[in-house]
Amino acid sequence: MRVGLFIPCYIDQFYPQVAIATLQLLEKLGCNVSFPLQQTCCGQPMANSGFAGLSKGCDKNFVKNFSGFDYVVAPSGSCVLHIKEHLEDQGHPKEAERIRNNVYELTEFLTDILKVQHINASFPHSVGFHNSCHGQRGLHLSSMTETMLPAFSKPEQLLNMVKGIQLSNPERRDECCGFGGTFCVFEEAVSVKMGKDRIKEHEVNAVEYITGGDVSCLMHLEGILKRKGSSVKTIHIAEILNSEL
Amino acid sequence: MAKHAALSEKFIADEPRTDWHDETLWFVRQKRDKAAHGLPGWEQLRELASQIKNHTLSNLEKYLRQFEQQAKANGITVHWAADGDEHNKIIHDIIRKHNIEKIVKSKSMLTEECHLNEYLLHQGIEVVDTDLGERIVQFRKEPPSHIVLPAIHLKKQDVSETFHKYLQTEKGNNDPQYLTEAARQHLRDKFIQSELAITGVNFAVAETGGFVVCTNEGNADMGAHTAAVHIACMGFEKIIPKAEHLAVFLRLLARSATGQAITTYSSHFLKARRGQEMHIVIVDNGRSKQLGRKDFRNSLKCIRCAACFNTCPVYRRSGGHSYHTAVAGPLGSIINPNMDMKANADLPFASTLCGSCSNVCPVKIDIHEQLWKWRQVVVAEGYVDASKKTGMRGMAYILAKPGMYRFAGKMGRWVMRTFPFMINNKLNAWYKQREMPEVPKQSFRDWYLKNRGK
Repeated sequence: MRVGLFIPCYIDQFYPQVAIATLQLLEKLGCNVSFPLQQTCCGQPMANSGFAGLSKGCDKNFVKNFSGFDYVVAPSGSCVLHIKEHLEDQGHPKEAERIRNNVYELTEFLTDILKVQHINASFPHSVGFHNSCHGQRGLHLSSMTETMLPAFSKPEQLLNMVKGIQLSNPERRDECCGFGGTFCVFEEAVSVKMGKDRIKEHEVNAVEYITGGDVSCLMHLEGILKRKGSSVKTIHIAEILNSEL
Repeated sequence: MAKHAALSEKFIADEPRTDWHDETLWFVRQKRDKAAHGLPGWEQLRELASQIKNHTLSNLEKYLRQFEQQAKANGITVHWAADGDEHNKIIHDIIRKHNIEKIVKSKSMLTEECHLNEYLLHQGIEVVDTDLGERIVQFRKEPPSHIVLPAIHLKKQDVSETFHKYLQTEKGNNDPQYLTEAARQHLRDKFIQSELAITGVNFAVAETGGFVVCTNEGNADMGAHTAAVHIACMGFEKIIPKAEHLAVFLRLLARSATGQAITTYSSHFLKARRGQEMHIVIVDNGRSKQLGRKDFRNSLKCIRCAACFNTCPVYRRSGGHSYHTAVAGPLGSIINPNMDMKANADLPFASTLCGSCSNVCPVKIDIHEQLWKWRQVVVAEGYVDASKKTGMRGMAYILAKPGMYRFAGKMGRWVMRTFPFMINNKLNAWYKQREMPEVPKQSFRDWYLKNRGK
């Protein structure tokens, strides 16, 4: 099974430890992983700002980098959703379509493709889980409180395999954190207020860490936590699943 | 700064009040969840409602003509208005014809959209809004901040002050029972004196020519049952084919709106009572244009329950007035750009695209997807800041070229590590209330080449 590792640009630049954990985890689980060296960005920042027309260059580069893999896997629900919904390449429409169908967010790849039943990991800490909207409502990684359908959660299913972890959910278990891409700067006041409110609910549960499947949400929450001098840390789910026993 | 962003920043400046607003509306969302859970087949009911509305929008002309024919046969006068102005003139003509001076109006977001009250006030005619929340905001000369809960931005202390000023209630008496009783007595007077009652329409039934008005206060009935003339105003998308379809929509509407199984009053109007005159004004006001927009036409499925408002994390923390339009919230952000793209270009961006709105919508409008699509339209039509455009172009250029991306990343990280003040300053909106991420010396790619490189 040839897996192309897609590392979103801001993870590559600012959170290499998340990418390393993702790579090591997939390798441990027996995947043949490679990281195409010329990858950049999925194009989402432009597209979500109304400039989808400007993301064609990113699309082309993405298709060039990720053609020929059985699966493309990334530790980000948001970027995967963007690729799934919007990747186009007029020069290589078949390849673009194949990628759209074979791109997976890390936790859904683990539960749905690798069908992971056990994980050799230990994380003896109190951890609050943050549902990222694009992973949850876009990729359906877990059930949503708005809909009247049976409850499930792919990321929590995996976290529950980790030894020693004390997992909790905030009272509003799937409210948006307010990151929202460029929303976080163009609507700064609402964005920060939303983030502060999320944090408050996790603090009630006395968590040491807040985790989730999207570094973007975590980066936003981390920025607020650090500013207020909180001892609560953020950590990506891949880092917990990859933590040594 | 964009308008919604600036207005919400002002709203959030009073944080305890923002928390209260957020929690109040979240409570309504929870009531909605509970009510929806209590109805087996909720998701199927949504699907059915969506399909009925889709079918109706595809056969709109047929059903509107059928409705007109049936309503006329029932003795109702049917008027057609191309826009808000024509709608207002039609109503003004009826008022003049009968020399009417006393007018009561139950809640109608359409008349808000058409600015009927302001129009008539210019002609020296006063309309009394009879929905409690609407009366409160009318006293305060404010627009409603929510389509179902018009005064949800106000606390009982605000209402007490307003009533003290306009209804001479005791100063500082914040007792809700006392205040509603004062409003009740005040409005009873208005009902008894009224010569004309204006109501909205929730559902107009093509096969019968009748229409249904839903209220919790019975104020539509109080007006329509006393006044000699009743005018019902409806946007043309209020049409449904058959009376049996009410069984779908009435079950969804109140549950989605407030978590009630049904509104206290669901009043069915078919024809005028003896001696009364009944009119219906069917309004377009940009709806045909929206119907012609492939990506946005299904916004016309909306039944105005406001579930998308109550669930929206942005709306709850920015307040209805930050949307600067008659219809606020996520729904407002997908219908207002159609009416005036320049004035409302900021609204599709007043969202994180979290998707909760689409999930609660009882008629399954893909609201958050339409927000994304409106962003594309707004930018394509040029309603975007030049600086944003330049920034996006630069970003697209760099991100399309791997070498350039790596160089920029390395430089950026180096600058952030070496000269943090260049990033950590007032010009950086991120930094205002958040720390920047810690900057690593090497990117993942650097690590990968070292550790996995061949």
